[in-house]
Amino acid sequence: MSAAGGAAVIRPMVGRDSAFFWEGTAAGELRVQECRGCGALRFPPGPSCPRCHSFDQGHVVAVGTGTVFSYVVHRHPPVPGKELPIVIALIDLDEGVRMVGEVADVGAEEIEIGMRLRVDFHRIDDDLTLPSWRKA
Amino acid sequence: MAGFSREAAIVGIGATEFSKESGRSELQLSVEAVLAALADCGLTPADVDGLTTFTMDTSSEIAVARELGVPELRFFSRINYGGGAACATVQQAAMAVATGVADVVVCYRGFNERSGSRFGQVSVAAATQVNTNGLDNAWTYPMGLGTPAATVAMQARRYMHEYGATSEDFGRVAVADRRHAATNPHAFFFERPITLEDHQASRMIADPLHLLDCCQESDGAVALVVVSAERARDLPQRPAYVAAAAQGSGRDQFVMTSYYRDDIGIPEMGVVGRELWRQSGLRPDDMPVAVLYDHFTPYVLMQLEELGFCGRGEAPGFVADGAIEIGGRLPVNTHGGQLGEAYIHGMNGIAEGVRQLRGTSVNQVDGAEHVLVTAGTGVPTSGLVLSA
Repeated sequence: MSAAGGAAVIRPMVGRDSAFFWEGTAAGELRVQECRGCGALRFPPGPSCPRCHSFDQGHVVAVGTGTVFSYVVHRHPPVPGKELPIVIALIDLDEGVRMVGEVADVGAEEIEIGMRLRVDFHRIDDDLTLPSWRKA
Repeated sequence: MAGFSREAAIVGIGATEFSKESGRSELQLSVEAVLAALADCGLTPADVDGLTTFTMDTSSEIAVARELGVPELRFFSRINYGGGAACATVQQAAMAVATGVADVVVCYRGFNERSGSRFGQVSVAAATQVNTNGLDNAWTYPMGLGTPAATVAMQARRYMHEYGATSEDFGRVAVADRRHAATNPHAFFFERPITLEDHQASRMIADPLHLLDCCQESDGAVALVVVSAERARDLPQRPAYVAAAAQGSGRDQFVMTSYYRDDIGIPEMGVVGRELWRQSGLRPDDMPVAVLYDHFTPYVLMQLEELGFCGRGEAPGFVADGAIEIGGRLPVNTHGGQLGEAYIHGMNGIAEGVRQLRGTSVNQVDGAEHVLVTAGTGVPTSGLVLSA
């Protein structure tokens, strides 16, 4: 393990179309965009539905479990606000969308494709809470 | 074939030395490369009326024009998505000269990417840019996924899982590159070949990528001069005709993180490949040599599949037994690639394609009449088929 130099974690750019996600993590919810026109779920979110072109977008709260589709063990170089190595997974949520997440409690030698994970939330400060994943 | 197939040609190539510390400004590097490329084909800055580069270049077209004393520009463009733009600079130049919008267009790329802002590090600037790319990066950087190597490792791990590819399969790309660089006096890794054992022993950067799966960070610049086929015939060098030039972006495309498609991979290179074969009327079997963008080795394997040299998941077999080394079935990156020669965002690879057609490569493929060249992968990308 090596320190990341004490730099602050990289903060997400948040816009009008993605604010609901970050408000969700702060509230302990993993929110996934849902089109009110056709019901399609989508991640990452955007202002219009690529399927029906509705601009009426809402969200559902995901159950918070998923399966590892791929993963990386990042060992070098340092990443602001993180301890190395970082285990990062591409997770297929049970709702059918996919997202990248940091895996908090699974070692570099243990992580594998197909592993079941559940979401947790890592509060950085009043303005930012990051999803964080643990073994289900 | 497309309307501009073989209507334009690369007639001049120029470069600075490739180093880890150039000791001069990025603007100076680009100007030096442009002057070298113009001298190569017997033209002068007074002949230039078009300039094109990439969005990540810190030297604007007008700044380069000022330093060169170019009197007027009739065409200038700046193409998005970093290394993915390399071959698109030639595409835009070819379209400009083929349509008479401009007569002499110079494509350039120069940077101090090792001694200055290092591309292999986490770029906070990329994560915080005020545009949709910055918003896209919100889904990866805060989670700790923030280097080019790590974003590619995510793809590589899935590729290994789906097709049984191994780290050694990736390593064969590095071995080929370094073998070719070893005989190239301009390569940073001149006379320093590696073995597969060296590759395996190199430290892990982002599992499954070892250090020797990752290209260099380099200082340097490359420039290419593009004119119409008609004008090319009056210039001293053997023209490298642009038989095809294509850009490609796939469904649900992102920059380095197109992770949300059912089948991840690099289908944008498939878009480029289909268009290259359509425009040129040629096929993968017609290519005696290729320059495939190699910022990271796994993407060379995936490109061979997307471009039609082999089927999906078959690239590990394709690269076995030295097939991509000089003397093999399809020599790839005969200059040493970006792992071996230098990482000039793909522009040095285009120059190598031109040398193959001129017959002046240090690892010359006998009688090469065509060469395929690709640009950066994992991003919206581009490619060329150049013909003698």
